[in-house]
Amino acid sequence: MSALLVGPRVKPSVSARRTSWLPTFLLLLGAVYCLIPVLWVVMAATKSRSELFSTFTFLPGNGLWTNLSELTAYRDGVYWLWMLNSGLYAGVGALLSAAVSALSGYALAKYSFPGRGVIFTVILAGVLMPPIALAVPQYLLLAKVDLAGSYWSVLLPSILSPYGIYLARVYAAAAVPDEVLEAARVDGARDLRLFTSIAFPMMRPGLVTVFLFQFVAIWNNFLLPYVMLADDETFPVTVGLYSLLQQGASKPALYTLVITGALLSIIPLIALFLGLQRYWRVDLLTGAVKS
Amino acid sequence: MQRRTGLTAIALIGSLTLAACSGGGTPSADGPVELTMWSWATLQKVADIWNADHPDIKVTVQEQGGGDELVTKVITAAKAGDGPDLVQAEYQMIPTLVSNDVLADITEFAGGAKDKFTENVWKQVTLDSAVYAIPQDTAPLAFYYREDLFTQLGLEVPTTWTEFADVARQIKQKDPNRALTTFSSNDAGLFAGLTQQAGATWWSASGDTWKVAIDVEASRKVATFWGDLVAEGVIDNQPMYTPAWNKALNDGMQIAWVSAVWAPGVLVTSAPDTKGKWRMAPLPQWSAGSNTTGSWGGSTTGITAKAAKNGRAKAAAEFATWLNTDPKAVAALVKEAGVYPAATAAQTSGALTTPEFFPNQPDFYRQAAELAKGTAAASWGPNVNVAYGTFKDAFGKAATEKSPFPAALKAVQDATVADMKKNGFKIEG
Repeated sequence: MSALLVGPRVKPSVSARRTSWLPTFLLLLGAVYCLIPVLWVVMAATKSRSELFSTFTFLPGNGLWTNLSELTAYRDGVYWLWMLNSGLYAGVGALLSAAVSALSGYALAKYSFPGRGVIFTVILAGVLMPPIALAVPQYLLLAKVDLAGSYWSVLLPSILSPYGIYLARVYAAAAVPDEVLEAARVDGARDLRLFTSIAFPMMRPGLVTVFLFQFVAIWNNFLLPYVMLADDETFPVTVGLYSLLQQGASKPALYTLVITGALLSIIPLIALFLGLQRYWRVDLLTGAVKS
Repeated sequence: MQRRTGLTAIALIGSLTLAACSGGGTPSADGPVELTMWSWATLQKVADIWNADHPDIKVTVQEQGGGDELVTKVITAAKAGDGPDLVQAEYQMIPTLVSNDVLADITEFAGGAKDKFTENVWKQVTLDSAVYAIPQDTAPLAFYYREDLFTQLGLEVPTTWTEFADVARQIKQKDPNRALTTFSSNDAGLFAGLTQQAGATWWSASGDTWKVAIDVEASRKVATFWGDLVAEGVIDNQPMYTPAWNKALNDGMQIAWVSAVWAPGVLVTSAPDTKGKWRMAPLPQWSAGSNTTGSWGGSTTGITAKAAKNGRAKAAAEFATWLNTDPKAVAALVKEAGVYPAATAAQTSGALTTPEFFPNQPDFYRQAAELAKGTAAASWGPNVNVAYGTFKDAFGKAATEKSPFPAALKAVQDATVADMKKNGFKIEG
């Protein structure tokens, strides 16, 4: 992301334009390293059960349609229900999380009030805390108020994202100039209007980032929904696919269905990234203050 | 504009139903008892048969993945007073679940089911003479081999472990590329089953005192046997259930597999090209002419302490007994979940039809029932996961370095005892 926001600092010169082979090679190596597993999933999803382990790994098979229809037919299409659930958890969760991050980040960056430093330090500490360590305590707490097992049990813990708040604060501090806020105040704008009409549009690229990060985090989350949810019709796709894999030794393993399901489940993420990418570049108001 | 989207979002969540936690419902005059069950098998269709016949007790199956994670999940849920009324649990996990107060003592409701199972199976759901679960499926060990390749290489099917070792050597002489089988350090359950055949009982309890007997003569005999074969290089030392292992089975580079009665279901995915080429034979014996085998896997239906607390234990035990002993239920269980039933009557009832992958062995399940009769006793402790985890590390190292296995066995014993002491269990000796 930062690569898109930060423009080139050095004027292109002859020496800079010369291809530097070592970094290029290392980057290519990194790209291959990241893409090979993706390629594996794509290829494996096209293989039928008899081809999966017996044919060459990176050659496509001819079982994609069978896999897709078997996956759709499995328990009357429960896979698509899981996808819908994932969409719900990730979509609503990320939206709320971005909203909360925007408000708190903006408040922390632009208002000085007693305890601001303490709150920010606590949030910073929260960034360092791995969410996995919190899943079980969160479950125990939510079970106490009888929310464990409901949609809320996955949504509520996802809403407050320390990293999102931290990012929003840093972004608000950098992207929303005090002069603009003061000018608006002089024009008679109240605090709510300041936020909705001035600060929010300026923070939008940062908030899109928060939304995306949180969406991906919730979409890929396994432990929290696994611990929280009992009813298999409320499962997100991660937990659902896991239950397909672990059906005991007596049944043929449903590898083909799981791999095809995994492939389909990354498509929404890719679509979301491509769709929201342009917001990162739209940073129209950066020129509002002369420095 | 911004505000409106915000409000829409809030309205959207507001309309989400607050699906409360797993089925409440207490026994009352004005409605059926509602039971929930956690299972990794597809059991809802079997439960539907029950629901149709029993309007007063309604069972909902919630499919969870199996494995150690399910154990963790059930324990966590029980700590929070949450969770299901019935839970599918592997035999070796019962002591763990009992010591974490997940399972309820159902002796008074389920004692009558005892006669439907062999004594050794029933012992595994009993802890200190209290019954905690109803057996669902068992998994006696057998010897699977490639019939075609055995004929081609002129090999005899081994009936004793000595013959087994000889066959392994013969294969290496005739075709150095092939191996009889592999020793997999990833599958402690198989090794435990093999030591049961030799007469080991890894855990036993009397009163509140436990005895851990992993590093005993019987287990050492099994460990030395496999360790020597690995060191000699006549069997492979790579783990099972890997793509490489699948390939070796499919291409006939490994031509036998010591596995349980559920092996056909694994071979379908692991070695798809070998349909009709495998055959099941009894597990090789330590002394010629005997008929003893161990088990690898199998599961039970447990009734939770939560069900007991809410007065639903009787209903839950009734369902669990029906599920695992009623002929109609077991037939559906075999069909929907593909299990090998633990109930002795069901093993010969005709509910089991020849596995599709073994068309050449039409009496597969009749032979399996014969093997099952000789299933050795097994008894488990409260920290099987620690023992299995240490097994993986210690035997994995020994198999790779081809060093003697008994040292690894001692490591498993020591780690298991240390962990139990740390957790406050009384240990004998």
